[in-house]
Amino acid sequence: MSRPSADVIVIGAGVVGAACAQAAARAGLSVVVVDRGPLAGGTTGAGEGNLLVSDKAPGPELDLARYSLERWARLDETLFQVGGPVTPSGAAVTPGAAHPPQPGPSSGGGFELERKGGLIVASGPRSLAVVTELAAAQRAAGLRVDDVPADRLRDLEPHLAPDLAGGAHYPQDAQLQPMLATARLLADARRHGARVLTGVEVTAFLGRGVTGVRTARGDLHAGAVVNAAGPWAGAVAVLAGVHLPVLPRRGVVLVTQPLPPLIRHKVYAAEYVADVASDQAGLESSAVVEGTPSGTVLVGASRERVGFDPGLPVPVLRRLAAQALRLFPVLGEARLLRAYRGYRPYCPDHLPVIGADPRVPGLVHACGHEGAGVGLAAGTGSLVAQVLTGTVPDLDLTPFRPDRFDRSGVAA
Amino acid sequence: MSGGTFRFDGRPVPFEEGQTIGAALWADGVRSWRTTRLAGRPRGFFCGIGVCFDCLLTVDGRPDERACVTPARAGADVRPGGRGDGWAG
Amino acid sequence: MARSADVVVVGAGPAGIAAAVAAAVAGAEVVLLDDAPRPGGQYWRHGPAGLGPHHHDRRGWRELSTELAEQRAAGRIALLPAHRVWRLEPSPEASGADGTEGTGGATVHAVTDEDPAGPGGGAAGRERPVTLTARAVVVATGAHDRVLPFPGWDLPGVVTPGAVQTLLKEHGVPVGRRVVVAGSGPFLLPVAASLLRTGATVVAVAEAGDGRGWLTGGRAVLARGSRLREAAGYAAVLGRHGVRPRLRTAVVEAHGTDAVEAVTLARLDRSGAVVPGTARRVACDAVAVGWGFTARVELALQAGAVAVPGPDGGPAVAADPWGRTAVPGILVAGELLGIGGAALAVVTGRLAGAAAAAHALGGSRLPVEAEPVERRLIERRRQLIAFAEVLHRAHPVPAGWPAWLRDDTLVCRCEEVPVGRLREAVDLLGATDARTAKLLTRCGMGWCQGRMCGEAVARLAAGPGTTVLGTHGRDAGLAARPVAVPLTLQALADDPTRREVGP
Repeated sequence: MSRPSADVIVIGAGVVGAACAQAAARAGLSVVVVDRGPLAGGTTGAGEGNLLVSDKAPGPELDLARYSLERWARLDETLFQVGGPVTPSGAAVTPGAAHPPQPGPSSGGGFELERKGGLIVASGPRSLAVVTELAAAQRAAGLRVDDVPADRLRDLEPHLAPDLAGGAHYPQDAQLQPMLATARLLADARRHGARVLTGVEVTAFLGRGVTGVRTARGDLHAGAVVNAAGPWAGAVAVLAGVHLPVLPRRGVVLVTQPLPPLIRHKVYAAEYVADVASDQAGLESSAVVEGTPSGTVLVGASRERVGFDPGLPVPVLRRLAAQALRLFPVLGEARLLRAYRGYRPYCPDHLPVIGADPRVPGLVHACGHEGAGVGLAAGTGSLVAQVLTGTVPDLDLTPFRPDRFDRSGVAA
Repeated sequence: MSGGTFRFDGRPVPFEEGQTIGAALWADGVRSWRTTRLAGRPRGFFCGIGVCFDCLLTVDGRPDERACVTPARAGADVRPGGRGDGWAG
Repeated sequence: MARSADVVVVGAGPAGIAAAVAAAVAGAEVVLLDDAPRPGGQYWRHGPAGLGPHHHDRRGWRELSTELAEQRAAGRIALLPAHRVWRLEPSPEASGADGTEGTGGATVHAVTDEDPAGPGGGAAGRERPVTLTARAVVVATGAHDRVLPFPGWDLPGVVTPGAVQTLLKEHGVPVGRRVVVAGSGPFLLPVAASLLRTGATVVAVAEAGDGRGWLTGGRAVLARGSRLREAAGYAAVLGRHGVRPRLRTAVVEAHGTDAVEAVTLARLDRSGAVVPGTARRVACDAVAVGWGFTARVELALQAGAVAVPGPDGGPAVAADPWGRTAVPGILVAGELLGIGGAALAVVTGRLAGAAAAAHALGGSRLPVEAEPVERRLIERRRQLIAFAEVLHRAHPVPAGWPAWLRDDTLVCRCEEVPVGRLREAVDLLGATDARTAKLLTRCGMGWCQGRMCGEAVARLAAGPGTTVLGTHGRDAGLAARPVAVPLTLQALADDPTRREVGP
């Protein structure tokens, strides 16, 4: 029996893997993180940084989202600052340098956490009814949400189109910068003894009950392995000998030129909620528009089941632009600077996979978060650390259990 | 289109036929016409061919036009760029 | 408006005009687009009065522009000036996805500004979309100056050699009265000579190289007698004005409050580090610094072509001698094949135009290589490439340039990111490649999308030998841009196929 390399190996250096590594390292475990690419080289690098409770109906995912929001707030206070003090948007203060003032809210954690709040808007009475109904159910479950009549929408967002039907305001929605969050989580983990190996691909699992992994650079031995491989988590599960129906759903984001502050909240169309939960194969898109501390405006959100196709089809870009202009006509003269795409990892029942895999002792999953990976990462990290240390998890993980699917992917 | 003048920062600036706003400003001795978003530093020409986007200014109410590739037009209202000039924000 | 053609050529510089003419002569219907109001690219950039004393190879221009005029008059080339191409999408057939031989082709997405006097009566200056489809597209988008940061480079008055030439060639405006020309490359001499002809004082010409590269170039150099004579001519102009280029010298800092007032020149040792005690301050009112050129490869990469490092370490597009890329119907010409100058661009343009026409008109049949014209073109191409490679070896970027930087030197001009933040991302946050460094610091995420800082970020993030193409393959690092030129969301949202198709 080889000497263990660590207590736990985390496969995936995206935001979920980083959160698991940080929580495990802080809990006293020795951790090795491996990723075949660079840090946040997969879905996290294409994320908008959503921390949303607004788009989740009452149930296990909303509970997880609320728990995770609290964990992010805690991380913002406690995350170790590599390199000393940072300015509000996460830039290091170089002693003596004439440092340009950075815009944006204060964020101790160095990842631009903004508690900006979310606003769902409906374009007509039918979608408004959907919004109001969801808001009522969420309110009953303890979420803070205010109905916003049509004539009050522009108090919250002065540049909204004047002819919308109404909406709902969620003060608890927030946003952060996913790359910085991932980098700072990993830096904190390293501070507590973790190792991070980028550019290293896992090629096999070792042992029947997991005893480690094989990589292109040699074997790593550990009693536990966390599968945080995002849309590739299904392939990793196959290496471990089990089936996990995680599939990619391509999303595209438009990025505008830097603008003066025009949009205060994360604003999205009511159709977004239905899109998240749908199973349609074709292009679905509904407007999601928000500003960032750097001044750019991000426009999403499209969902397509095209495998890992790397394209950015012009019809998708066009549709996203048109939908954004429907909400914010002022953006018509704003220029598009770039667009990028990512692959949301989703499961057939649109819930993530979190917890120990009863089929493979030692294997723990932390994947399948679809478009909510950033928001749910902090909570996932804490729960996974609890699973790894044998502590009772803060949430009931039954809805997220890895073996809930039959062979055809239907959740039991 | 022959030469003429456009207005910049409240004064007339002469230009020759076919000149860009940036070239006319440079010929008039102006070296910068934009301030950067964060540090408020002055910028004017850098690459001169429209790829660096340093030279942005507002023309007839349209923000963020590149001075180095925008033809000067008689009577145009040209204002310095940066800091959200020209935006309703 | 949406229209179709046999061949679309993007870029009307030396390569693009040559490609359009060659394709038209071969019988294709051609649309030639450029974002400028007049053809000529950067090399033959001119104002309404035509070419003047600051232009080179005026005979070459006369030949090409005559051919262009003939083909336009014959209705075989439609010239669309002031059209900005932001995206090139290969057609589904291009990849042969359904198993059939890809016939190739592409859709060209562009924007142009509304003509307030036009039939649409659109708002003055508002953008409108223009879409073209073609069976073959030649991407001849040229290059821009390659720049590297140094303390004070963001002061007004510090510009690229390209900016000096634009001001002179197109507008007859000298960039300053006391000018320093610096960097490395064969173009420093013509820039200095042009400035001297306007009556400006050239305070110093600082060439970072040691000047020996030309001497070791052997046959490749001797075969380019015209270039040697040209270089001798510039040297003579400089000599007449008492300007002697200083070798192994660089501008390591620019000084001034709101505009440049002086620079520090210093001698470099073999590694490019500053030799102590050699720093000297000289007063000036303009500084032109450049390190060769960076090809504008993004449209070709959007269409699926493969990026490779060029002989100068910058991005180039993989293609055969006819400019054909791995994607059927997508060809490249000019600087995208490797920085090599205008004469080579014309040659590769003619080859690509012929190949594009052959593809568009006759499936994938090659132009006939045995034809004397084609053979001469291919031989000339080989000679010119050999010469270009000599020049690149003679004018490398000095490896020690990062030592000139201070932590507060801006590396990304657009987003005002200081070098210190980039170093922190590499040293402390774990960035091992340019893309990760970009996403952590915002370098390359501003208006110019990394065109000015990409080279520097790649070298600082991943080591001096790295190119902007990076090491993580698929997305070609910082050289890939899904949006090649900014366009308004309104123009993006408009569906051009629903507009009236013009005559």
